[in-house]
Amino acid sequence: MITKGKTKNIPYSNISYGTEPTRMTKFWRRCFIKQIIRFFMLNLRIMRIVVGGHS
Amino acid sequence: MAKVVVLGAGISGHTAALYLKRSLKKNHEVIVVSPNSNYQWVPSNIWVGLGLMTPEQVKFKLAPIYKKNGIQYKQALAVSIHPEGNESHEKPFVKIKHVSEDQKDQEEEVEYDFLVNGTGPKLNFAATEGLGPDKFTNSVCTYDHAAHSWNNLELAFKKMEAGERQSFLVGTGHPMATCQGAAFEYILNIAFEVTKRKLNHLADMWWISNEYELGDFGMGGAYVKRGGYITPTKIFTESIFKEYGIRWIKRAGVTKIEKGIAHYENLEGEYLTKEFDFAMLIPGFAGAGMKAFDKNNDDITSKVFVANGMMKVDADYTPKPYEEWSAADWPSIYQNPDYDNMYASGIAFAPPHTMSKPMKSKNGTPITPTPPRTGMPSGVIGKIVAENVAHRIKTGKNEHPHKASMAKMGAACIVSAGYGIRQGQAAVMTVYPIVPDYDKYPKWGRDIKHTVGEVGLAGHWMKLFMHYMFLYKAKAKPLWWMIPE
Repeated sequence: MITKGKTKNIPYSNISYGTEPTRMTKFWRRCFIKQIIRFFMLNLRIMRIVVGGHS
Repeated sequence: MAKVVVLGAGISGHTAALYLKRSLKKNHEVIVVSPNSNYQWVPSNIWVGLGLMTPEQVKFKLAPIYKKNGIQYKQALAVSIHPEGNESHEKPFVKIKHVSEDQKDQEEEVEYDFLVNGTGPKLNFAATEGLGPDKFTNSVCTYDHAAHSWNNLELAFKKMEAGERQSFLVGTGHPMATCQGAAFEYILNIAFEVTKRKLNHLADMWWISNEYELGDFGMGGAYVKRGGYITPTKIFTESIFKEYGIRWIKRAGVTKIEKGIAHYENLEGEYLTKEFDFAMLIPGFAGAGMKAFDKNNDDITSKVFVANGMMKVDADYTPKPYEEWSAADWPSIYQNPDYDNMYASGIAFAPPHTMSKPMKSKNGTPITPTPPRTGMPSGVIGKIVAENVAHRIKTGKNEHPHKASMAKMGAACIVSAGYGIRQGQAAVMTVYPIVPDYDKYPKWGRDIKHTVGEVGLAGHWMKLFMHYMFLYKAKAKPLWWMIPE
């Protein structure tokens, strides 16, 4: 069963060791203004590694 | 007039053909041989497998594009390469078998001055008993496989809506399979769709993989900058799985599939099974299965290709232990060492070794991901091979001014995890270089400034943007060549 959100953690299970985003992190992931900035930043980063990776 | 034959019209072959023609213009001949009449933008097949796009949105007919650009196109399968010619051909040639309706099964021998092998992978479902869309599992490797997967996935959703519990198993379907990224993307999207339909309580989501640790992705894992920390992709991936409620089985080589049951062996040497209602498992990849013959018609396949059918290029294939691997082992110009007018680009070239540390089970079964070669490196390799071939034709010199080693090239992996301008989400990972280089970057193996991982809406927009941008480029529309690979 998908164990999401408020469901109980099972101690010592593999899945219990992963990090989980806080509400604030989830908010920033969907914040339109921040994501527009990230969109351009990520595109720029990818352009740099693609163009710089071959001659 | 020189004649360049390009085998394959996938991301690498198609890119090479377009750049060759752009550079050589009408002075020289470019011929593409591909059994597929369509070009497909493979990364968007995931969305076809979720019913979010139709196959028509991720493919287009190749013939009109090639006609418009003055490229000859033969819808045919390459059967064998004859790099020395034979008694009836002075020049090297490729034997092809037509597959189009009007010329079906006709054989032809196409001479060449230069050959670019961009045949891509053969989806080797046969290597795992019971694997594949014709048997007991699904695939998203091609648009028709993906459409078939969506039919089965939709059926699973309907059963859940009727109150029936469903178990989903997604991952690798062979102990040496690669392309974990595509499977990762598919399972996240299934989880997203299950949540959207409010069916979480009826879904068991399982990931199965040949990776030693999650986040290996066939590139030995990576360290990414994330939230103020430098984090191993193991943590990054496990955290995403935890967030989406997906459990996992790692270090597992799937060896056989029966209806509803996956048989696998793990590194401990245990033989175990996992039941499923819906499974999407990536097959092992092999070369296209071409043969090679010398001028006396003696079989030289093992001289030109490695055992899995991928073409030997300027890599260092000397067997070495993992500790002695070096970035310098990786090829940079993709030229065959024995026949200097033959090149292999994209998935068609044989890597010198895996990027992930080779692992064997206690029974001796190798359980290790093979190196991934996603769209970005495939496109870049296709481009530099074309530029080098064009340079050789124009200057007459065996020089290679353009280089693109996977040990110096970066890549981005964009794993969508939900769809929609406001609701979509994706995990973006950039790595630079793809092959870790612990001599140059002793601590992390890669340039940590350019190796990042983040989740958000921006990643989903990027994936959508790339879908439209790369289809535009592949259709050779105005200024297509200005769009980087």
